[in-house]
Amino acid sequence: MMEKIKDFLEAAGWPRLIIGLFLLALFITAPFVEVNIFTSLSDVIVRFGMWGILVLAMVPMVQGGCGLNFGLPLGIIAGLLGAVTSVELQLTGLVGFFSAVLIAIPFGIGLGLLYGILLNKVKGDEMTIALYVGFSSVAFMSMMWLKLPYKSPDMIWAYGGTGLRTTISVEKFWYRALNDIWTIQIGDHFYFPTGMIIFFAFMCLLVWVFFHTKTGTAVTAAGSNPEYARASGVNVDKMRIISVILTTVLAAVGIIVYEQSFGFIQLYLGPFWMAFPAVAGILLGGASVHKATIMNVIVGTFLFQGILTMTPSVINNIIQTDMSETIRIIVSNGLILYALTRTITIKSAKVKA
Amino acid sequence: MSILKSKDNKIARFFINNAVPILFILFAVFAIPMADLSIEYLVAEMITRLARYSFLVLALLIPVIAGMGMNFGIVLGAMAGQVGLIFVMDWGVMGVPAFFLAIIISMPLAVFLGWMAGIALNHAKGREMVTSYILGFFINGVYQLLVLYSMGSIIPINNSKIVLPRGYGIRNAIDLVNLRKSVDRLIPLEINGIEIPVMTFILVAILCVFIVWFRKTKLGQDMRAVGQNMEVARNAGIPVERTRILAIVISTVLACIGQIIFLQNIGTMNTYNSHEQIGMFSIAALLVGGASVAKASIKNAFVGIILFHIMFVVAPRAGKTLMGEAQIGEYFRVFVSYAIIAIALALHAWRKNKEAEFARRSLRVDTEEAAGTSE
Repeated sequence: MMEKIKDFLEAAGWPRLIIGLFLLALFITAPFVEVNIFTSLSDVIVRFGMWGILVLAMVPMVQGGCGLNFGLPLGIIAGLLGAVTSVELQLTGLVGFFSAVLIAIPFGIGLGLLYGILLNKVKGDEMTIALYVGFSSVAFMSMMWLKLPYKSPDMIWAYGGTGLRTTISVEKFWYRALNDIWTIQIGDHFYFPTGMIIFFAFMCLLVWVFFHTKTGTAVTAAGSNPEYARASGVNVDKMRIISVILTTVLAAVGIIVYEQSFGFIQLYLGPFWMAFPAVAGILLGGASVHKATIMNVIVGTFLFQGILTMTPSVINNIIQTDMSETIRIIVSNGLILYALTRTITIKSAKVKA
Repeated sequence: MSILKSKDNKIARFFINNAVPILFILFAVFAIPMADLSIEYLVAEMITRLARYSFLVLALLIPVIAGMGMNFGIVLGAMAGQVGLIFVMDWGVMGVPAFFLAIIISMPLAVFLGWMAGIALNHAKGREMVTSYILGFFINGVYQLLVLYSMGSIIPINNSKIVLPRGYGIRNAIDLVNLRKSVDRLIPLEINGIEIPVMTFILVAILCVFIVWFRKTKLGQDMRAVGQNMEVARNAGIPVERTRILAIVISTVLACIGQIIFLQNIGTMNTYNSHEQIGMFSIAALLVGGASVAKASIKNAFVGIILFHIMFVVAPRAGKTLMGEAQIGEYFRVFVSYAIIAIALALHAWRKNKEAEFARRSLRVDTEEAAGTSE
């Protein structure tokens, strides 16, 4: 028995266990401080579905050996282009949603290809550079949103301004297009977005299948041991680019799923900080800078979004103060910090002639 | 190696090595006429900004010597400085004494934060920059916990002007009436109507002398050795970990003083925002001045501040003339600040990889030649 507990502890890992227990405690406390547990649970599930694919988008790059994708906003931009174009074409419902995805994918592939080529040139410094690629692409697109020739009156400023609005409502188009497939509504408070969760599961399956194909195995090999992979005839640079493209496309799809549930497209500086919750999520799930699995994604997203949803409602009701933002900052960055400082990897000494 | 020595390559190398400053000079030449600003205005603006930012940018130099790259953790020092300023404002101290008192109060905090950051970075060798960046966010959360929730409730603050109406937490903006420009104007000097903050520049000059002197000390030499190769340094008996921690502590303390200088010049403190952008702006400025992650000089700092801030002042106006919209210029400014860091870091990493590859190839040629002669 003790052995079993020990094994479980080792497999789950302390950070997950502590956060998991904390989350459980929050759920138990909730009814006592007049927080409706069904609404909370439903919120956690919806946010889990919204963030799931964005967190999943971390996996290919980590597996390909390019580290955590702080450049997630780049993929998000591809998704935004798809979403905005779909609204411009006045497409509604599932047709609107899937055309947004289809339009976003080529942008994702294109941007991912360039991003991958860049990351191949800067091996060893991927994460820092990814951070700034993400930031600068958001700022660059802010200029573009002002200038791109979109005409739909649903998206441009009614008067007194030029360019697209900062937030665009998708209510008339594909609001909850995915969520509302086979949705389950129990009472007034509990709502289960079946369609979105199925879609997330499907994307997980696709990624899982990919990593079991020949190319997928080569990507993992290139990531875990580049020298060995090269010796066995794997084109490491090509595999890294494939992993980056996959990451970027997943991010593009992920943001569209996020938006159809959220109800708004956020342009301009909206995608600026979106990499951080995704990075924190996968790290909480037990991933490291070098290895990430789909299980990490599912566990991490659920725990992290759970904490983010529950802490404000419960803690605020207890101490009557809104500390949610501060708690979010400390928890998410604390997790990233923990992951960055955990494994001491000594990079092989620089080659000097 | 012969390829590297040829003359064409030397010129090409000069351009590659100074690509970022050259780009910025071209930008300035192109954009200044378009912005339609008077030269007097630009000069006055540059003098103010040199006084405001020099100390902060110079605070970045020492970790670079120790091979730890750009220390995004200077925001930790900035936060410490702001805590000091809050107390000084609470006690109602005036003028230059307030300035020095703020430094004295925040110094221990800065040393502590720097020491902690140093330990964290020792656990993240090879990815110091990302780690120090996230560290800034993390401590920002702790800072909010302290300033927004504890001050006025757990930590007594009596000055109602700086406390939020709800009774605890510090206001978003604090008017630093007590010490606005107190250091800048200690030795008054005006040339052609442009105010020169003499005392601030004297402080900056003292820091420059300190850095030059510091490089020659035993500790400075140790840092350089650690920066070049940690293993070799360790074998030579240098306490690598301790040296790296000291580099970050010094940088954090300097940033703390730098932030106090910066805020006395501006005159208002945005309690929850003033420190946030400091790391990014200082690092962008240093990189624009031609520094790299592995090499940065005092000259880089000053050239960088001038070039970066010319862009900063000129871009919105130039954007308006060029595109008919000031908003584009705003975004352009944000874009350039981030893109320049991305480009400078990418160029450096690329060059480093290229050199490593070149070194490998030259070895390979040697063995082939050796094989050829032996046959």
